[in-house]
This record gives sequence, structure tokens and C-alpha cells, in this order.
Amino acid sequence: MEDQLPILQVVVPLLGALLVALFRERTLAWGIAVVVSWLAAAISAWLLALVVDGNTISYELGGWPREIGIEYRVDLLAAIFLVLVSWIGAVIVTIARQSVASEIDRDRQAWFYTMYLLCVTGLLGIAITGDAFNAFVFLEVSSLSSYALIAFGKDRRALLSAYQYLIMGTIGATMYVIGVGLLYMQTGTLNLGLIAERIGDVESTRSILAALAFIVVGISLKLALFPLHLWLPNAYAYAPSVATIFLAATATKVAVYLLIRYLFSVFDEGFVFGDLPVTETLIALSLAAMFGASAVAVFQTNIKRMLAYSSVGQIGYITLGIAIATTTGLTGGIVHAINHGLIKAAAFTAVAAIVLRTGAVKLTDLEGIGRKMPLTMTAFVIAGLGLIGVPGTVGFVSKWYLIDASVEAGWWWLGFLVVASSLLALLYVGRVVEVAYFRAPKGEVAAAEEAPPLMIAGAWALAAAVIYLGIDTDLTAGIAADAAAELLGTTP
Amino acid sequence: MNWQEIVEHYNQWITIFLMVGGLYIVIARGNMIKKLVGLAIFQSSVFLLYLSAGKILGGSPPVVAENVETYSNPLPHVLILTAIVVGVGTLAMGLALVIRINEAYGTVEEAEIFSQDDPH
Repeated sequence: MEDQLPILQVVVPLLGALLVALFRERTLAWGIAVVVSWLAAAISAWLLALVVDGNTISYELGGWPREIGIEYRVDLLAAIFLVLVSWIGAVIVTIARQSVASEIDRDRQAWFYTMYLLCVTGLLGIAITGDAFNAFVFLEVSSLSSYALIAFGKDRRALLSAYQYLIMGTIGATMYVIGVGLLYMQTGTLNLGLIAERIGDVESTRSILAALAFIVVGISLKLALFPLHLWLPNAYAYAPSVATIFLAATATKVAVYLLIRYLFSVFDEGFVFGDLPVTETLIALSLAAMFGASAVAVFQTNIKRMLAYSSVGQIGYITLGIAIATTTGLTGGIVHAINHGLIKAAAFTAVAAIVLRTGAVKLTDLEGIGRKMPLTMTAFVIAGLGLIGVPGTVGFVSKWYLIDASVEAGWWWLGFLVVASSLLALLYVGRVVEVAYFRAPKGEVAAAEEAPPLMIAGAWALAAAVIYLGIDTDLTAGIAADAAAELLGTTP
Repeated sequence: MNWQEIVEHYNQWITIFLMVGGLYIVIARGNMIKKLVGLAIFQSSVFLLYLSAGKILGGSPPVVAENVETYSNPLPHVLILTAIVVGVGTLAMGLALVIRINEAYGTVEEAEIFSQDDPH
């Protein structure tokens, strides 16, 4: 049983998706999705427990050796992202039923859960596979299902956003596969571990440089690195609320995983960050995201779009950590990927609850919501504090690492900019708080009641994680530091 | 690089032409169907890129038979079979979305659609 865990991690949600499509009954579909998602979550926790001491699990599909077959490889970095995706996926689907029922046509709800589970499958597959081409296939599984998830939105602009995401996402995935092709021509293998072993001989050839460029740009499109983020705000704003929570919390994070995997394990980090101007480029783009996207977020009138632009800004912090490329910096990047996933899941769950009760997403329609739905809004405020990076929340932990890494690298000004950009988060979170608490309820909001218990429980569980992991950092920062040390070949 | 070398690598030139041309159509056209056609051309260039790398001049198809010493690498074909399936899936998804967009907006021209919705 334990030997088969890596493949079960992917096969369980995949079969779940097929089961849901077979029965097509909405309550049963939800039930199956919940059971399957928690099974996947349990498997990922088990895998993490197996690799937490620094072991690596290698699983060869069908017994074919990794030179010719596909290898699934679980190391600490992979396990972290498996746990992040499957646990957030499980929590969200548990609370999804009423929100999905209110936003999606009756006879389409089962299809929504099918797409949801397929998306989970694809994201878990990207994180677990040790094969470059297999990662492309899973990338497309998750992408195609997320286009469908977005197109479920009630507003007709959801269709347009899904179409635009499809165009951008496919360009990104195709660029990735062009890069993989060039790597394959030079090294004769698709196994990431073997490419890493063989790449040293051909490192400075033009093919490898082109491969690196294609792969980095392709993945950057998927992770919405500024200025390749244009698909993201509309997609998050018009997708059904549940799809928004899930995509915002996990989809871009898995792209971050893939980027880290390529920059640090496949290509040699000394080559990428030492010989090429990757650090400078990534830092410039990260800063543009941290300030530019966050500033745009301040002026949004739609709360989902505001949080979407905030996501683009927060991704800047993650790529900043990657760009610094020291153990501390990489730890900061990985930790912020986890933390931002939790924060955005909590914030968007609160928004989903508000949309369920009032149908409103415009800030002007949400006046006084904090008085009518105090429990939901408290969860939102906790998540907001996390976005700002207030001490005692997870946001503080990741920013601490980033500032520490900047100072370590001798760039004190960078640490200063990390703090300065947090003020922008204070502005947009502050706007929501002002509208929600300091104005009298009217219209839809005046008649609103508190969200259903399950949704409150979900939002609070995520908010509690935002605070708990902000105080006890062993679980996130501890493991992330080990993973970063493993990637850089240093001792923690 | 002399003329002969340039001509001998004609397959690479076709790949590059399809790649750049396809991407140009995606960027330059406002008609959503044409954009998808461009995307399909862009993806086909990758098929050619992989298949060219698998071909060995003078090699036979990879079958077990007498007198077969040199054979082409079958792996790129298998990979591209998968990539073609992915491409078909993407194109089908894109066309389905365009049909729904046409129903909702009454047009598939991006400029006309944007003028119907305010950006926020």
C-alpha cells in the first residue's frame, strides 16, 4: 500500500472525477468529491510524513526504469505543494455545496465537481511527476479544467475571461513544451533528474539557453508573473466563487513549484543565477508586481478583482524570494507560496459567503456587511491582516524571511521596499474594512443573515491556520527551509 | 553557414515559420476563431520540432525486422501523439467557448465585445 502512494495521489482524484461524471447527480457528486478530496489530502500528508526526514520516494510507473519510463518523484519540495493543493482543495470542496447550488444551473453542478476534481488531479500531477513531458500533460489537464471552471460563471464576461485565459495559458504551455523539446534534443531524456545530471556538458550551448528562456517565460505565464498577469484579474473576478477560491489558492502556486524545480534542480542554480541576469530581471519584475499590481488593487470597485490584483502583487513576493536564490530567500519564497495560498483561500471563502447571502461583489453594495455577517467578516479581516503582514499572522513570517534574505545579500533597500509595499496592502484591506464596518447597512445587506455554518467553519479553519502558522512556524518555515537547503545542496 | 546548410535544414525553417506565424496571428487578429486557428498553427510547429529531432537520415521505421540496423527514434512520435490530443482538446474547448460567447454577445470580434462591456 505504502509503495503505491505516489500513483494513488493522482489516480484517486482522477477516478473520482470519472465517478462524478458517471452519476451526474448533484448531491451525490458533491459527496463523492468531498470523500475523494479528503482521501487525496490524507495520502499527501502520508507522503509528507515519509519524506520529512530528507528521504526521496521514487516511483517508476509500470516498472519501467526512469531512463525510458515515467518516474514519480516525491521530495520535500514536492510534498509541500502536494499537501498545500490537496488540503486546500479538500477544505474548499467541503464548504462548496451551497455556493455552487446558488451560482450554477442545477443540471450542470455535477459537471462542476468533475472539472474541480480534474483540476485537482492536474495540479497534484505537476507536483509529483519527475518527467518533463508528463508535467506538460498534467499542466494541460489542470488548465483545460480551470478554463471550464471559470466559464461556469453566471456573468457573460466569465466566458470572455475563460477564452482569454485559454489563449494565454496555451501560449504558455506551448512555450514550456518547446523548451522541454530543446532540452530533450540536447540531453536525450525527459526525466528531470537525468536532465540535471547530463546538462552540465551542454550547459552553455544556445539550445539550452533557448530552452531556459522558453520554459521560464512559459511557466511565468501560468504563474501570472507581472507583466504576464493580464488573464488573471478577470478570470478570478467572474469565475464562480468556489472556483475562484480554489484557483487563487492553488493554481499559481503549483506553477511556482514548477519554476523552482526548473531553476534549482534541473538547471544548475549557479549557471542560472550566477552567469545569467536572472536575479536582476526577476527582482525588477517582482518589484513591479509588488507595487504596480497592489496599487491597481487599491482602486478596484469589485472586491473579487481587488483580491485578484492583490494576488498578482503577492506573487511578486514569492518570485522575489526565488530571485534572491539564497537558502533564506528561497525559504521565504516557498513559505510565502504556502502562506499566500492559505490567506487567499480564507479571504475568498469569506467573499463566497458574502456573495451567497447578498449576491453583491461591488464595494459600494457591501456597506455595513461587517455588522450583518460578523463571523464571516472577522475571517476576512484576519486574512487581510495576513496580506499586510501583521506580526502574529503568516504574512509576517514570509516577509521576515524575505527581509532577512535581502539584508543577508547586502540589499537593505530591497528589505525596505518589501515593507513599503506592504503599506499598499494596508490601503486596499483598509478600504474593505471601512466600507464593511463604518457604514450603515442598506439594501440587500440590511436583509442579509450570517453565512451557513459549514462555510463559517471553513473560513474560520483557514483563518485559524493563518494565525496558528504565523506563531508556530516549524510546520511551514521549518519544512520550507529544509526543502530550500535540499535544493541548494546546503545544510540548514 | 553556407547555402547548402541553410537549405538542408529546411524542416527547421518550416518550424520557425509556423511558430512565429501562428503566434503573430494570435496577437494580431481580433476575430476569436482566427485567433484559435493561429493558436493551432503555433502548436503544430511544436509537433514538427519534436518529430524532426526523432528522424535519423536513412533510418527505417522502428520495427523489429531483418536487415534493420538504423531506425528512427519512436519516442518523439509518442510524445507528439499526446500533444496532438492535447491540442485537439484545447481547440475544442476554445471553439465551444466562442460559440457561447457568440450566443451571449452576438459577435466574435473582440473589439465589438469589449465595447459592449465596460471594463470593470
